[in-house]
Amino acid sequence: MKSPLDPGRVRALIVKESAQIFRDPSTVLIAFVLPVILLFLFGYAINLDSSTTRIGLAVHDESAAAQSLAEAYRTSPFFEVTNAKSVAPLKEMLIAGEIRGIVVIPQDFGAGFEQDNAPPIQVIADGSLPNAANFTTGYSQGVRNTWAANEAAAQGLSAGPAIDLSLRYWYNPSLTSRLFLVPGAIAIVMTMIGTLLTSLVIAREWERGTMEAMMATPMRMTEFLASKIVPYFLLSLGSMAICTILAMLIFGVPLRGSVLALVILSVAYLMPALGQGLLISAATKNQFVASQVALLSGFLPTFLLSGFLFEIASMPQWIQAITIIVPARYFIPGLQTIFLTGDVWEILWPSAAILLLFGTAFFTLCFWVTRRSLD
Amino acid sequence: MGTAVARVRDLVKRFDEGQHPALDMVSMTIETGGVTGLVGPDGAGKTTLVRILAGLMDPSSGILEVMGKEPGKTLEAIGYMPQRFGLYEDLSVIQNLNLYADMRAVAPEEREAVFTQLLDFTDLDRFRQRLAGNLSGGMKQKLGLACALVKTPRLLLLDEPSVGVDPISRRELWAMVQELTGEGIGVLWSTAYLDEAEKCDTVYLLNEGKLLFDGPPKALTGAVEDRVVQVTDYDGTPRRLLTRLLDREDVVDGTIQGSSLRLLLDQPDALEGETGFAKAKVAPRFEDGFIERLGGGPKGTSPLAQAYRSIDAGNRPAIEAHGLTKRFGDFTAASDISFEVPYGSIFGLLGPNGAGKSTTFKMLCGLLTPTEGDGSVAGNNLLSARGRARAALGYMAQKFSLYGDLSVAQNLNFFAGAYGLEKGRARSAIERVTEIFDLGDVMGTNAGGLPLGFKQRLALAAAVLHEPPVLFLDEPTSGVDPVTRREFWTHINGLVEKGVAVLVTTHFMEEAEYCDTITLIYRAKQIANGTPDQLKAEAAQMAGLDRPTMEETFIAMIEASEAKLEAQASRAA
Repeated sequence: MKSPLDPGRVRALIVKESAQIFRDPSTVLIAFVLPVILLFLFGYAINLDSSTTRIGLAVHDESAAAQSLAEAYRTSPFFEVTNAKSVAPLKEMLIAGEIRGIVVIPQDFGAGFEQDNAPPIQVIADGSLPNAANFTTGYSQGVRNTWAANEAAAQGLSAGPAIDLSLRYWYNPSLTSRLFLVPGAIAIVMTMIGTLLTSLVIAREWERGTMEAMMATPMRMTEFLASKIVPYFLLSLGSMAICTILAMLIFGVPLRGSVLALVILSVAYLMPALGQGLLISAATKNQFVASQVALLSGFLPTFLLSGFLFEIASMPQWIQAITIIVPARYFIPGLQTIFLTGDVWEILWPSAAILLLFGTAFFTLCFWVTRRSLD
Repeated sequence: MGTAVARVRDLVKRFDEGQHPALDMVSMTIETGGVTGLVGPDGAGKTTLVRILAGLMDPSSGILEVMGKEPGKTLEAIGYMPQRFGLYEDLSVIQNLNLYADMRAVAPEEREAVFTQLLDFTDLDRFRQRLAGNLSGGMKQKLGLACALVKTPRLLLLDEPSVGVDPISRRELWAMVQELTGEGIGVLWSTAYLDEAEKCDTVYLLNEGKLLFDGPPKALTGAVEDRVVQVTDYDGTPRRLLTRLLDREDVVDGTIQGSSLRLLLDQPDALEGETGFAKAKVAPRFEDGFIERLGGGPKGTSPLAQAYRSIDAGNRPAIEAHGLTKRFGDFTAASDISFEVPYGSIFGLLGPNGAGKSTTFKMLCGLLTPTEGDGSVAGNNLLSARGRARAALGYMAQKFSLYGDLSVAQNLNFFAGAYGLEKGRARSAIERVTEIFDLGDVMGTNAGGLPLGFKQRLALAAAVLHEPPVLFLDEPTSGVDPVTRREFWTHINGLVEKGVAVLVTTHFMEEAEYCDTITLIYRAKQIANGTPDQLKAEAAQMAGLDRPTMEETFIAMIEASEAKLEAQASRAA
């Protein structure tokens, strides 16, 4: 039994692949320029934090209590308030998209407040923008509750709220979304290089007819695949390093875990990413189709189904079930942990293990699909 | 010859159940010490057979051994050059050689000697550091051959090494391969050029997956000995005479050769007693034997031409080129090209790849704006009435001009629309060509999946839907079988008799023979002008050849031009 790899041939193929990488400007562009662009895009352009929300405020009551609550809304840092006597003009503004919600303080608010201390107010939110609607309702309620508690305390009805909540957010104290988006963006970049770039390179050999000539030499397919994996593996790690340095220097993302943990997890993720890319190009043999498949099966799931932008726990059950087979789902939380929390090995080991399992599955499929045959 | 290095018995290769097989009961033996020709038109199954021998495909059934083993088990002993040469275009010449040397485990200490010898042999030594993508077609081919030879094989498989290469490069490549056979290498040379078959030691002739003939080429030409005649000294155009003679039962096949005709007769004494022309027996060619095996060529009258409108000639030539020049930066792609093509004639632009004929062609199509000079098509100036000039011409290239993933009907509808035919006219034009070209049964089939002969017909059908007065043909019949090629030229000849002007660019000598006038373009300049007979006579005088073929003429003229350029250069120095 001959060894599956001949070191001389593998070395020659890797040298050839590297020469091609450095001669092709588009490869360098995807590996080094695209990551920087993506990182800036996610770092600056996408922001999941609410700043101020524009709402309308209709106060139907002249009582002191109602006026005091209205003042609480006006002074809230979360809202920019438009005042009105009735709901009708505000409704038009809501339809026009000038405001995101309406808070209505009803006529009997003052009277009710005198009696049972809990008169209802109405909050209307624009459901066509669910995210904004959530902010509006949540923060409206918050303003009202805080106001009620303060009011009660001032009147000496009770000695302040029964429980004083003192909130502290760990790991990302100011809840800046950039801090968890940037590690996620690194995962996207690695998917781009690992899957998209690799999917193109074997397909290119098929298209240009070099695959055929190579297959007619004593070269083994395992050697060929190895020569595709090694350079792109190193390229991805290099790109990863650039991303990490940028994330820390420009976006101020802390690296609370160790570099070792970062490398281990990244290597684990590159297995399924590269494996998927190789499988795509071996199966499609066409650069155009390969790039489409890579975008649909690699890039989009990483973007949408990995918990990067949208929380998995709040997805419908069946979509949650699909996310189980998205490798990035196991990579992004781990990456965020390493950057924001530290080396929590109880989280990292299982993630790495699952990723390696995916990698093995992809490579097995890939060797099975790539036969030395033109049939 | 020598010893057998590959044997094939009753080989069958089927890609899809139910479809007719790509290879059907093919048997062959490849021996050392000679060139074995695998000859046939595109789509005959040549590539499939070569790939099976290279161990890249498995046969569906049959016995197959290379050096006494299964093909996949003897890769060390096989050198293989695929159709697109298998070169990495973004690597340099020496990087490509090194890569193939590594794959074939050529020891580092032997390498320099091997490379030097191969680069010497292929005359590529000056280009060691050049990227393979920047080599000319002929040089790529030679590099492909060098890569297949880094470790001297016992069996060398060449899949259409001469496609897309000009006659000079073809001749050089052939000489190189001849030299290799002396070293005990068995060579399989696959080709669609029938003239190459005559030079092989043994020939296997494939058509639609079936072996039509095997043996020395002389055996095939011997079968038509005494029945091939040259017809001269007649009145009128060669086209009209050919049409008349082909419609006779005793004429199996006929082609135009400059001002004379070449006929294959069913009996040595056929046409005896016919007057109005002189005929003389000539040596048969491989193609004559092939066409007889295929059951003869088509008849002479073209139904397309019969249904075509008569072109009103007017008093200006159909195509005019006055000093057309195109420069890209400081590179001159075409320099001072001038000619006129009258209605009712065929004009040929000939030249090796990269000589400037495509540039000239594109300027006349209105696809490139000339740097200097101007021209017209059907009286429409190329600079001021480009749109009308384009509308007056029908364009057909054997490759690229159809949409492979649209059906035949969709392709025809598209071209009718593109040429601006309004609905009623489009419908009747499509009906007309459908009937003439017998496309009715394949209207729903995707053009990409059609057999080559149908593609050819469809491409012509699409180009003549709007009955243009001028036709531009770009290598219209490369690689097709001789019957399909005859059929095509029957239509063209008929259209020309109706007054259509035809411009052909080609480096296929068979196509050149059909032209009334030829201009030969080399290094961006016109180096010769005239009828095929005039050019042949000129070349005969220049190179001392006796009755040169079109190809020999072509080579002699280019070599003379080279010599003149060199003499000028040395005088200047």
